[in-house]
Amino acid sequence: MALLRSIAISSNKTITLARSARALTTTTLPPLPYSYDALEPVISGEIMMLHHQKHHQTYVTNYNSALELLHTAMDKGDVSAVVGLQSAVKFNGGGHINHSIFWKNLRPVNAGGGEPPHKKLGWQIDTDFGSFNALISIMNAEGAALQGSGWVWLAFDKELKRLEVETTANQDPLVTKGATLVPLLGIDVWEHAYYLQYKNVKLEYLKNIWKVINWEYAGEVYEKEAQWCDLSEETK
Amino acid sequence: MALRSVVSRKTLAPALRHYRSLTTFTLPDLPYDYGALEPAISGEIMRLHHQKHHQTYVTNYNKALEQLDAAVSKGDAKGVVQLQSALKFNGGGHVNHSIFWQNLKPVSEGGGEPPHGALGWAIDKDFGSLEALVKKINSEGAALQGSGWVWLALDKEQKILKVETTPNQDPLVTKGVSLVPLLGVDVWEHAYYLQYKNVRPDYLTNIWKVINWKYASEVYEKESA
Repeated sequence: MALLRSIAISSNKTITLARSARALTTTTLPPLPYSYDALEPVISGEIMMLHHQKHHQTYVTNYNSALELLHTAMDKGDVSAVVGLQSAVKFNGGGHINHSIFWKNLRPVNAGGGEPPHKKLGWQIDTDFGSFNALISIMNAEGAALQGSGWVWLAFDKELKRLEVETTANQDPLVTKGATLVPLLGIDVWEHAYYLQYKNVKLEYLKNIWKVINWEYAGEVYEKEAQWCDLSEETK
Repeated sequence: MALRSVVSRKTLAPALRHYRSLTTFTLPDLPYDYGALEPAISGEIMRLHHQKHHQTYVTNYNKALEQLDAAVSKGDAKGVVQLQSALKFNGGGHVNHSIFWQNLKPVSEGGGEPPHGALGWAIDKDFGSLEALVKKINSEGAALQGSGWVWLALDKEQKILKVETTPNQDPLVTKGVSLVPLLGVDVWEHAYYLQYKNVRPDYLTNIWKVINWKYASEVYEKESA
């Protein structure tokens, strides 16, 4: 995989293209932290199996293919090919990123799924949305209104130090909406995420998914990224 | 509805009220039973696709039209512009699905029979063969990222056939004003998932068995005259 380092210096002192050793790291499908049917009756085992083993696996496979092609194109200095590959990289890489987050955003009820956020994230939600229910209302509305395929996110804006609800189209990762946005929670609203069970009624899927949302994970990400000086402990 | 009123001064009044009527839309009937396209497309899919998805586009398009009418009447430019997304999405959904139902036909009524006459020759001229065209549509349809449509289009200006894709419910005309849709294949997941699951290529391979080339030929002959 790695090319030998070779430096060619032409006799008139200009330095020609130096071949350097570059490694290619491919990606693999992360295992689900629970069994396929563990989220029932909210999300069926059939959906979870297809979603993980087929959809997410395909993004991983195609991302790796795109990476290999990108690697070759970069070696050859083929700018046109490098640019031409960006669509496949964004779509498949984004699909891998988004689904990897999603599996962590879900949790079986008997392992804490659905338990509302407490502590810092809970307070931040109250501050930025008024209440937990208000946040859910907004995310459901945004998810239902999303045209076509995409994701609805609870994001933490690291710069503005506040929570926001965002949507992204297709497999665009959250960062495409803002470099300072950190995904705490993403909900897949592609039809494959719910159709076998909920058919055309996307809103029912959205209303039900809150029963298996893993707020513990979202809280951990939030606390790590927010890194508040802990004034809240003194004032409350 | 506003009555026509004309300002008496010689300068043109900023708001000229016209009398307008609003035409709303209804769900077109399917020209065949829900189960008539089996086994290529299941009756369950056809029923949901028509009664739920297409109906929702019609309902929401009518709503957007009412709101647009009100905004136009009031001279509310911001409101008018904001409604464009709902109009395009739902209006496009209605336009696209109305074409789609005519693009399909039960096998017993000629579905799947290859195109003859002028369209058949045009396909051979512009793609080499029907097989080559089918392969291209299948490959574009499979590669489409997210939701959308893949089209066989007639470019009226350049007088050639083209394969185009549109995202979400964008109608073909958004890809070029001179493009006429002859055939559209819905590649939104709702069009196939209950039957084909994630295997969109299998749906695409099979849908040709129920494609109504007669309708496509009629449109082609009318538009290329």
